[in-house]
Amino acid sequence: MTDATAIETRELAKRYKETIALAGLTMTVPRGEVFGFLGPNGAGKTTAVKLLLGLARPTGGQGVVLGAPLGDLAARRRIGYLPELFRYQSWLRAREVLAAHCELAGVPSDRWAGQISSVLELVGLTDRAGDRVGSFSKGMQQRLGIAVALLGDPEVVFLDEPTSALDPVGRADVRALIHHLREHGVTVFLNSHLLGEVERVCDRVAIVDRGRVIVEGRIDELLGSRSVRIRVTEFDGKAEASLGRFGPLTIEGDWLTIRPVEAESVPDIVATIVAGGGRVHAVEPGRATLEDRFLALLQIEEALEAAKS
Amino acid sequence: MKTIVRLTLVEAVRRRILWAFLGLTVVIALLTAWGFSVLIDSAQRHGVNDVQIEVGVSQILILLAFMFSFVLAMSAAFLGAPSISSEVESGVLLAVLARPLRRSELILGRWLGLAIIVVAYTAVAGVFELGVTKLVTDYLPPQPVPAVAYLAGQAIVLLTISVLLSTRLPGIAAGAICVVLFGLSWMAGVIGGIAAALNLPEVASLANGARYLLPLDGLWKGTVFSLEPPSIALLGQLVGGRGGQAVSANPFFATSGPAPAYLLYVALWVAAVLGLAIFSFRRREI
Repeated sequence: MTDATAIETRELAKRYKETIALAGLTMTVPRGEVFGFLGPNGAGKTTAVKLLLGLARPTGGQGVVLGAPLGDLAARRRIGYLPELFRYQSWLRAREVLAAHCELAGVPSDRWAGQISSVLELVGLTDRAGDRVGSFSKGMQQRLGIAVALLGDPEVVFLDEPTSALDPVGRADVRALIHHLREHGVTVFLNSHLLGEVERVCDRVAIVDRGRVIVEGRIDELLGSRSVRIRVTEFDGKAEASLGRFGPLTIEGDWLTIRPVEAESVPDIVATIVAGGGRVHAVEPGRATLEDRFLALLQIEEALEAAKS
Repeated sequence: MKTIVRLTLVEAVRRRILWAFLGLTVVIALLTAWGFSVLIDSAQRHGVNDVQIEVGVSQILILLAFMFSFVLAMSAAFLGAPSISSEVESGVLLAVLARPLRRSELILGRWLGLAIIVVAYTAVAGVFELGVTKLVTDYLPPQPVPAVAYLAGQAIVLLTISVLLSTRLPGIAAGAICVVLFGLSWMAGVIGGIAAALNLPEVASLANGARYLLPLDGLWKGTVFSLEPPSIALLGQLVGGRGGQAVSANPFFATSGPAPAYLLYVALWVAAVLGLAIFSFRRREI
């Protein structure tokens, strides 16, 4: 592991009696990146986070977070964590929850007030700082959870389903917050089911299934090539040949598809069709979504498993 | 650990646990005052002498202490039983244990916070009860401070075992087990005394083992001894022999307080059970 690596695991495994929660997780998360950790229910995502934080003990393999073994006390000062299923003490006020976590995180007491105000503002809870947590909605509790995770200027933040209880405005706020963290060099380990969210904020993703990483890489690499579909009428075969320079062409009725294609070429393609006498009715730039890739990979995995058995 | 102690104390105040305890104590103290004034008035009208009244008051005080020891033990058990498990179940501990906090610090912090509450409540309630009794009957037990301390000790013993159970079991199960253990320990004390009086060594040693497994009975006898007027203890010592043993089997009578070795044993027992709680919680997956 180098200084440029925030998290690294080698064959990290967790077994609960007969149940294998994590079969052997191997991954590398570079510092300063937003890393999406995806997988179907029961794939071992939350187990992996708990192992990385030292909340559960691995039954095999090894891992390092911020250069220290998993669960290292000193390293935990530099880690923030928003659990998936959590609650804070309902009888405390939001500000008191944050103060308690400042103390637990070892933040010097003269910095508590500044840290608390700063994280409350980041999650939009400044006006509710003096309210009891018991009176908070689920979304507000989630915002408070994110604020707690950001205390102590962590170098790595684990966010386990951070937007599951949030409305669209809240989700947009969390996206902005993640961008803010990345700008400040913080590594974000994002565990989420919301593939659209992951696609919009992550630099790199790992897709995990049955406790194993089935693919890991930069999001651009994973999503693959772009395409364009164009509905054209009154366009002859000779003119069609002129489109070959933009990429491989397929025709299905009135629809022409070029894949792969450079995004910048689309206006030129349309201009070529129009110059050739064609009438353009619709232009649909396209790209495989993360969801498409995710589902396709899971199908492949299932097919491989079926073939093995 | 300091943070956990403070949070435990704030929780007790905010969740009105302390206020409920103090309110009940005031009610009981007022009822005690009324009951004693009626009884003494009636006794004096029937020509009962002062020594007899003193013995009567001390016996009623011991009965009150028994009721109080039960309330305290149950309070300690039900404070300790959910202290860890409920926070594991609700997810409160997920964020807490991801901080640079040792699990031992969490257990010791929770235990210490709850122990402070239990001891403070015992002290306040003890002062109230004994003060009211002195005011109305003019009787003050010979050793009021040890009497209250032994009661607090019983509560600490039950609190400690409930915290241990809470590291593994849900609050309801841990609380129910504590109630049963309290009852068994009390019964073991009575049965042990009767077995000794009837010269049944096997039963006596079995009961004695149970008394050491959960050391409540010896502390209770300490409370009784501290509340009795010296004349009663002397009477028990004078009877001696089989008769003396039979008197000792009475759970509301004691001829002596707990030996220092027994008190040391209780302290070691508490430390060992706390150590076990830490060991158990360290191995628990959150």
